Amino acid sequence: MSSNSFIQEWVYTDVVKDHFMNPRNILSDPDYQEDGRGLEGSLACGDQMLVVIKVTDDVIVDLKWKTYGCASAIASTSMMSEMAIGMTLDEAYHLTPSMITDRLGGLPTHKFHCSVLGDKALRAAIDDYLERAGRENPFKKSVAKVICECKNITDQQIEALVKSGDVKTFEQLQEQTGLGTVCGQCKGTAGELLDELMHLYGK
Amino acid sequence: MNERIVYMDNNATTPIAPEVKEVILQTLDIYGNASSMHGPGRLASAAVSHSRGKVASLIGAQPEEIVFTGGGSESNNTVLNLVFSDIFDNTGRNRIVTTRIEHPSIYETVQTLTDKGIEVTFIDVDGQGNLKMDDLAAAMGDDVAIVSVMMANNEIGTILDVSGAARLAHACGALMHTDAVQAVGKIPVDVRELDVDFLSLSGHKLYAPKGIGALYIKKGIAFCPLIHGGHQEAGRRAGTYNNTGIIALGTAAELAAATMAEEMVREGALRDRLREGLLAAVPDITVNGNQKAILPGTLNVSFPGAEGESILLYLDLEGIAVSTGSACATGSLEPSYVLTELGLGPELAHSSIRFSLGSYNTVEDVDYVLERLPPIIKKIREMSTL
Repeated sequence: MSSNSFIQEWVYTDVVKDHFMNPRNILSDPDYQEDGRGLEGSLACGDQMLVVIKVTDDVIVDLKWKTYGCASAIASTSMMSEMAIGMTLDEAYHLTPSMITDRLGGLPTHKFHCSVLGDKALRAAIDDYLERAGRENPFKKSVAKVICECKNITDQQIEALVKSGDVKTFEQLQEQTGLGTVCGQCKGTAGELLDELMHLYGK
Repeated sequence: MNERIVYMDNNATTPIAPEVKEVILQTLDIYGNASSMHGPGRLASAAVSHSRGKVASLIGAQPEEIVFTGGGSESNNTVLNLVFSDIFDNTGRNRIVTTRIEHPSIYETVQTLTDKGIEVTFIDVDGQGNLKMDDLAAAMGDDVAIVSVMMANNEIGTILDVSGAARLAHACGALMHTDAVQAVGKIPVDVRELDVDFLSLSGHKLYAPKGIGALYIKKGIAFCPLIHGGHQEAGRRAGTYNNTGIIALGTAAELAAATMAEEMVREGALRDRLREGLLAAVPDITVNGNQKAILPGTLNVSFPGAEGESILLYLDLEGIAVSTGSACATGSLEPSYVLTELGLGPELAHSSIRFSLGSYNTVEDVDYVLERLPPIIKKIREMSTL
C-alpha cells in the first residue's frame, strides 16, 4: 500500500512533531544537581511530569524534565523547557499552557489537558526551590489556581461569581463558565470549592 | 511520512481485498433497484441473492436467515432494540444479560436502554477475558429477554464461550445473540453449532468495504425491524438494497471461506513470531488476553513505562499502524474499559498496544516491527518518570 497525498499531514503540527521526535532537555543524568524539583500528575490519568531546575540570581539557568505521557505532553514540555530557560523565576512562574500551545502552533482541544502538566511541574519546582532556600514565596498567591484546566477557570473567577450572586449552584457555574463540560475531571474539586464558597458568601 | 506502510490494525478495519475490489469494479454498473420487477431490478436482485447465499454459507446459515445491514453496529442495535418489541409483551422479560467487554455498540447501547426501563446485567470476565460462566448461570432467570455475548474480543482477541452462553440462555427461555464481528472470516463460525438466535457480522472486518454488514436471524425466531419503511429483506430491514456493498460482502465471504484454514495457520505463526520477538527484545512487557483461545492475528501487549499514544505515534512515524488502549488516544481520560475489566492497572492499560495482523501482513512486516519497536520503547522509557 502506498500513502496518498491527502493523508500526508500528521496528527499534530510540524512543530509538535519536531518536539515529539526530538524532545529537548530530557533529564538523563541520574546525578543531576537540581536546585528545585516538581512532580505533577498521576498514573491514573496517564500523564506524569517531573521538572528539575537550576537557578542563579533568580534566573532559571537550566531545566530538565521527564514524563510518562502522550505526544502532546512530550511536545509541550519540550517547548516549555526551551521557553523557560533564561527566564526569571517571576516570568517562568507565569508561563501558561496557552503560551506554550501557541508556540506549538496549537493542539487539538481534547489534547489541551495533556499540555498543562509541564508548567504545573515547573511551578512546583520553583516552589520547591524557594522552600529549599528558606525564602518567602512571592508567586504562589499571585497566581490564581486553575480549577477547570480544559476551560481555564480559576478559583478566583469562581469566587467572584459566587460573591456577586450570579452563581449559586453547580449547574449555574457550568452554564456561565463551561467548567467541567469537557473532560469533567474537575467536577469534584469544583463542587467542593463551590460548597465552601457558598458557605462563606452564599445567601 | 514513511514510504513503507505496515498495517497491523486489521481489527479496526481491513483494506479491501483485491479480489473483492475486482468484483466491485466489474459490478458497479448494477444499478437497478433489487426490489423492481424489470430487467435491471432482476439483475440486481440476482446479485443480492447470490451474495446472500455466500454470506449464509460462511456461517452455516440458510440464505433466508441473512439480513443485510449497514454494518456491525446496526446489527447489534437491531437485536438490542428487540427488547422493546411485542415479542416480549406480557412475558415479564425486560432484562438483557451481556458482558463487560463488549464492543461499544453493545456496551454503550445497553446503558442507554437502562434509561428506558430495561434492566441490564453485566457479567465479569477473568484476567484473560474469559467469561465467568458461573456468574452467567447465576444471572439467568425468567425475566431475561436477550443474552448477548461477543464471540471474540476486538481488543485482546480472546474467544468467548458463546455456545456455553447459548445453552444457559435457552435453558431459561431467553434469546441468544452474539456479536461475531471480529470472528467471522477469521475463525470458523457456525450458527448451528453455536446455537445462537442472532449473529452480527461486518463487511469491513473481512476485506469488504465499510457500510455493509449482516444480521443472522434464526428461522422461526420472532423479529421486529429497527429500520421501518420498506418491505426489503422480507420486511426485516427497510432501505433500498446496497447492491455494491452486498456484492462485495458476498465476495469477501466466499474468499474468507476459501482461505480461512490456511490463513489461520499463517497469521497465527506471524502473531507468535511477533509475540516471541517482542518478549525477547523488550524487557518487562506483558501479553494480554487468553493466548490459547484467541483470534489468530491479534496480539495485545502492555509496555509499562511507555505511554500508549506515544508508542502509537512513534510507530506511525515509522509507517507502522497499530492501536492503543491508552486514554490519550481517545480524548477521554479513561483507558480502555476492556483492559480495566481484565484487572489491568492504569499503568498497564495506558501502555497497551494492539497489533492485529491480517491477510496482507508478511514475515517482513513482523521483522520490521521487531526492528523498529524496541528502540522506541527504550527511548520512551528513558524519558519516563516511572
